[in-house]
Order: sequence, then C-alpha cells, then structure tokens
Amino acid sequence: MGYTKEQLLARLQELNIDFSCYDHPVVLTVEEQSKYVGHLGGALSKNLLLKDKKHRLYIVSALAGTKVDMKILSQRLGLGKGGLRMAPEENLLEVLQVPLGCVTPFALINESASAVSLLLDQGFKSKQICYFHPMTNDVTIALSSSNLDKFLISVGKQPAYVDLEASPVVGKDSPPDLADFVPSGVPNSSESVENVKPTNVPHQNVVPKEKQCLPEVKAKLKVQNKGAEKNQSKTPTKGTNVEKFVNDVFDIISPLFLSEVSKKLNVKQEELSSILDGFREQAAPDLESVTMSLKNASYTAGFEAGFETMLNLGLNGRPPRK
Amino acid sequence: MAATESVGTEVSFVRKEDGEAAAEEQQVVNPWEVSAGKGGIDYDKLVDQFGCQRLDDALVARVARLTARPPHRFLRRGIFFAHRDLSEILDLYERGERFYLYTGRGPSSEALHLGHLIPFMFTKYLQDAFKVPLVIQLTDDEKFLWKNLTVEETKRLARENAKDIIACGFDVERTFIFSDFNYVGGAFYENMVKVARCVTYNKVVGIFGFTPEDHIGKIGFPPVQAVPSFPSSFPHLFSGNDQLRCLIPCAIDQDPYFRMTRDVAPRIGYQKPSLIESRFFPALQGENTKMSASDPNSAIYVTDSAKEIKTKVNKYAFSGGQDSIELHRKLGANLDVDVPIKYLNFFLEDDNELEHIKKEYKEGRMLTGEVKQQLVAVLSELVARHQRARAQVTEEMVDAFMAVRPLPNMFG
Repeated sequence: MGYTKEQLLARLQELNIDFSCYDHPVVLTVEEQSKYVGHLGGALSKNLLLKDKKHRLYIVSALAGTKVDMKILSQRLGLGKGGLRMAPEENLLEVLQVPLGCVTPFALINESASAVSLLLDQGFKSKQICYFHPMTNDVTIALSSSNLDKFLISVGKQPAYVDLEASPVVGKDSPPDLADFVPSGVPNSSESVENVKPTNVPHQNVVPKEKQCLPEVKAKLKVQNKGAEKNQSKTPTKGTNVEKFVNDVFDIISPLFLSEVSKKLNVKQEELSSILDGFREQAAPDLESVTMSLKNASYTAGFEAGFETMLNLGLNGRPPRK
Repeated sequence: MAATESVGTEVSFVRKEDGEAAAEEQQVVNPWEVSAGKGGIDYDKLVDQFGCQRLDDALVARVARLTARPPHRFLRRGIFFAHRDLSEILDLYERGERFYLYTGRGPSSEALHLGHLIPFMFTKYLQDAFKVPLVIQLTDDEKFLWKNLTVEETKRLARENAKDIIACGFDVERTFIFSDFNYVGGAFYENMVKVARCVTYNKVVGIFGFTPEDHIGKIGFPPVQAVPSFPSSFPHLFSGNDQLRCLIPCAIDQDPYFRMTRDVAPRIGYQKPSLIESRFFPALQGENTKMSASDPNSAIYVTDSAKEIKTKVNKYAFSGGQDSIELHRKLGANLDVDVPIKYLNFFLEDDNELEHIKKEYKEGRMLTGEVKQQLVAVLSELVARHQRARAQVTEEMVDAFMAVRPLPNMFG
C-alpha cells in the first residue's frame, strides 16, 4: 500500500530533513493553496503528471509562475511535437498513490512510482523555501530544494533541475536536450516491496554544467543533470570532435588546478575560477588548433594505411565484418 | 518572378585599357580587378549595383542563436557584410535540413598574405558552427589561363596553397579539397557543360568584360567556378542528394560568377547557391594601394617572422595619425584611412578592447606607435599559430584532404 502522509513525514524526520508543516482544508489547485500558505513567503509549486504515447509517466514540478509549454517539453524530451498529455486520474491513484490535485515529488517514495521520471524547475534552487503536498492535499510542507534533494536521493532518484522555460532548437543536428529524462524500460516492480531504506545512490556531482559552448555565450540551455555528456552516449564517432576534446581537457585540468592553487595560495576557489575562465577563453584557439592538427595527422596516417592495404592485399587485407 | 537576376555590372564595367575611364570616379570590381575611386571602395554602391543584400544585425543575431555560439568577429564587425539568400539557408537549417559550404582559391603565388586567409578563417568558423561539409576548389587552370605560368607550376602552387589552407584548421572528416586539373571530368564536367549551354557569349562578356582579343580559355572558364555550387558535381560526397543547398563564403569581387550561377541554376533543375560576402582587405600601405607579390612590403605574409611583422607594420603601415605629437593630441587620428586600426578591426578578437583603442586613438590620447604596437602583438600571435599548424601539414595530409573519398561524418 502507498505511504501515508504520516509515514512520509516520519521518514523525513529520520533523514534529518528540515521542514515545516501547515494544515489547511483540502485544496485542489495552486490558487486555493496560496490562500492558506501564500503569505508565508515561500514558493508555491505546481505539479503536473504527464504521460507520453508509450505510457511512460513524468512529474513536472515547477514554480507556480513558471510557464510550462507541453509542446516544447515534448520536443525536448525527444517525443516529437505532440507527444505529451496530462495523465489520466487512474495513474495518480494507481502509480503515484495520491489523490486528485496532489501530484508531488514526494509521491516518488512509493515503489509503484519508481519508473516515473521527475523534472524539477531550476527556479526552485534560488528559493529558500518551496511548498509541496505530502501525499495528501490537506497539508503543505515547506522545505528548501537541497532538502528536497536529500529526500529524492534517499528514494533512489537523482535530483535534476531543468530550465523549463527554455525552448532550444531540436533538430537533426541538435538532439533533444532532455532526452535522458525519458524512462527506459518497463516500470520495474520486481524490487523488493518492503525495502525502502535510503539507498546510497552514488551522488554524482550535480554542479551546474554549461552546455559545450564558449564561455561568452549566455547559454539559454543550462541542463543541470548528471553531468553526463549527452554527445558521448550517441554514436561513437563523436570521439573525433575537436571542440569536445578541448573542453574535456579543460574539465580535467580546471578542478585540479583550482584545488591545488587555492590550497597553496590560500585563495578561495570561486575567486580563481573567473581567472580560469578567462584563461580558458584565451587558450582555446591554440588548443583547438593543435588538436585539429593531431586529428588531421591521425586521419592521414589511417588513410595511408588503408590505401596501402588496398593496393597490396585488396579486400583480403581487412578482416570480415560479419 | 523573373528567373534572371539583375546581372548588373554590364553597365558599369570599365576596362583597364580605357585610361580616361579608369581615372574617373568609377570603381571596378570583378574577379580579376578591384580598383577604387577617390574615397576607396563604395560598398553601398557596390551592393546596389550587384543586387545583393546587406547583412544586418538581426541576421547576425539569428546565426548566433542557431549555432549556439557567439557570432564570428567578421560578422560582428561587418567584414562579411553582404549576402544572397542567407536567410533561406538559416530557415532550412532551423528546420533540420542540411547544406554544404563551398569556397576556393586561385593559386597564383606561393606566398599567402593575411588577406588571403580571411575567407578561410571565416569558412572554418562556419564549418564548426553549423557542422557542415566543405568543398574547396583550387583553380589552377584559371591561373594557367590568366597568368604566365606553366601547368606544372600552377599544379605545384595549388598543392602548396592547400597546405596553408589546411593549416587554417579545417576538419579532414568534413573537407574535400580539389584542384581543377585533377578533378574536372565525370559528373563535374557534365555540369560544366550544362551551365555553359545556358550562358551566351554576350552575357559572359557583359558579366566579366571579355573582349574579342581574349582567348577562348578565359571565355570558357566561368562554368568551372560555377559548378561546385551543385552537389551533383561531387557524386562521391552527395550522391542522391542533388537538391542539397550550398552556401558560398567569398570576397565580394567573386559575386559575378555566382550571379551567373544563380541565373542558370533553376534552368538546369538545381538549387541556387547562397552567398555570404566580405569586404576587401586593405593593403598595408593604404586603401588605394595594391597588394602585390612583387612588393613584399605591401602585405603581411604568413611566412613572415615576428621581426619582419614588426618592421613592416612600423615602417609601412599607413597611419591616420597626425604628423606631430602635439597636433595628434589636439586633433586625434583619422580612423577612415588608418591601416593599423583597419587591421585590428579584422584581427583583434575582443570587441571592448578594440572600441577602447579606437576611441583613445581618435581623440588623440593614444599615439600611432602604441596602436601599431598592439597590432604587431596581435598579428605575431596569429602568424605564429598559423606557422605552427602549417609545419604539421605533410604531403600525405594534402593527399588525404584531396582524395576522392566519402565523408561519412560530414554532417556529424
């Protein structure tokens, strides 16, 4: 059976998560909720349960003021233009096990919701306090986004914040930027039912990572998630991308440099990182130039080898593919 | 809508032989001659005459948005300032469709100067920003026809120039370099003949200014430069995709070739190429002087040492500053004729720094010597980077770039 509000709150206390709790009459909309807690200074959230054509579910949790365009979101997820719909009531009751009007990230404590994908508005990060329902809509709990993260990690979900208002180009040469949020595989209900201990999910660095652009660009696309290079997971040929290589080199050197220098010179890392950004900008053209030289030289060597092989041995020179 | 575009230069074409005409205000701009009237090239007049479009800030911003990176300084500074149908290319790119780039060089000399690098630097940016393939044509046949060179010499120059072009940083996975003497034939030649059949003798005389004394090699040449705009000229690259669009970055003096090409394209069932065109690069000694291979001090060459660059800039770069320091502090510099400022406009990356220098110099607080010093630093770095990259280019690398091979990752 699904968690009750009391069980959820107890769990939050176990996890040492700071939160406040407000009782009020049952509310079904954000407007109604704001009548009771709106004056308290925190940020109201609106929570949508969405479903795609393959019946995969998504909770989109946003600041009440954030505009969420389902068509754009659908494209960014790689579902095409009209791939997202509001999920029917049954999904709320069966999968999330919460009543109508009560979609909340906290529903993910339920086993049945393990395959539901969660998209969090990056706007939450800048608010001290955010309001969500805990399994029922006669209560609102108030907590910070980092505490929400603590909760999510405890139920095995990696918190990932997204700029929900961005509308990047999605096309043949710019893959959907939120494609990683699409749940893979069938909802896994084979996990042991009673086991809901806080699983120690390796907490990867959720430091906001700029998309692979030059630093000057005011990147509208700040996808702060696992930090996984989306390019990498696609075709292996991205291994010949010079710009990506140069960025990777900087990504290796920068943190090492920052931590060593800040220790040695007793300077804060934040102060150093703007210097490092400037230096990165200056060094990039030369670094890209030498990398391109290397790439061209390597290709040339391969080309020569291939040519010689063909001349001397014909098709027999290459092992069969099948 | 008329199929023919305004092939406008017939009216204003002035031949070199007409001494009186050359002395007038008439400016002459065609692939074989660029000469300005009194006040330098009037680009507004040129754009009007040729019938191309100016590249406005909105288009530049659109390029930046679509490529998710800052626009190249040549766009920010209005160096690439005119276009034909660039918005169509951007529209199709936004829709997820593809295009390819085409640019070229006439290998008339071994020594390349900075002005020669401009279209290649910009094309490299386009290749990286849009992630599209590029074909580069080396018109060794053209140089044979127009200059007093042997076929062997032009072929050799083509290969030498290819090395400097490669040093600009083109991606071997996306770039096909070819020389006409090596590549013309097959589907390329078929397209040449299709184009040739659509252009009358009168037309080509009007566009290029040929005379009855010109040999037929010259008259027959224009289709060679036209057909790389058509993907079917490269069956090993684009087979099955003969409606693929083409974008041509070039200096504006090449416009006549492509006016002719755009006129012919629909008549032979092909798409018109789009163009993005640049201003001319000023000679070191001043806008109205010529860069010439016979005068090494007329330009900065990619083979110049740091010392040579310093000497050339200090001694020969035409200054818009005043004759004496007092006068200069009082009146400031004339930025319209000052060559170091013009060169900084081309090569200094930081917009704020450039604005600062311009302001200080114009208002007399910065002296010519200081501006030149800045320029020497910028150019030395650029040339050093080029020389480093050039040193890495081997004969085998040239062979690889010029091999008639498929480019499976050309849109990757």
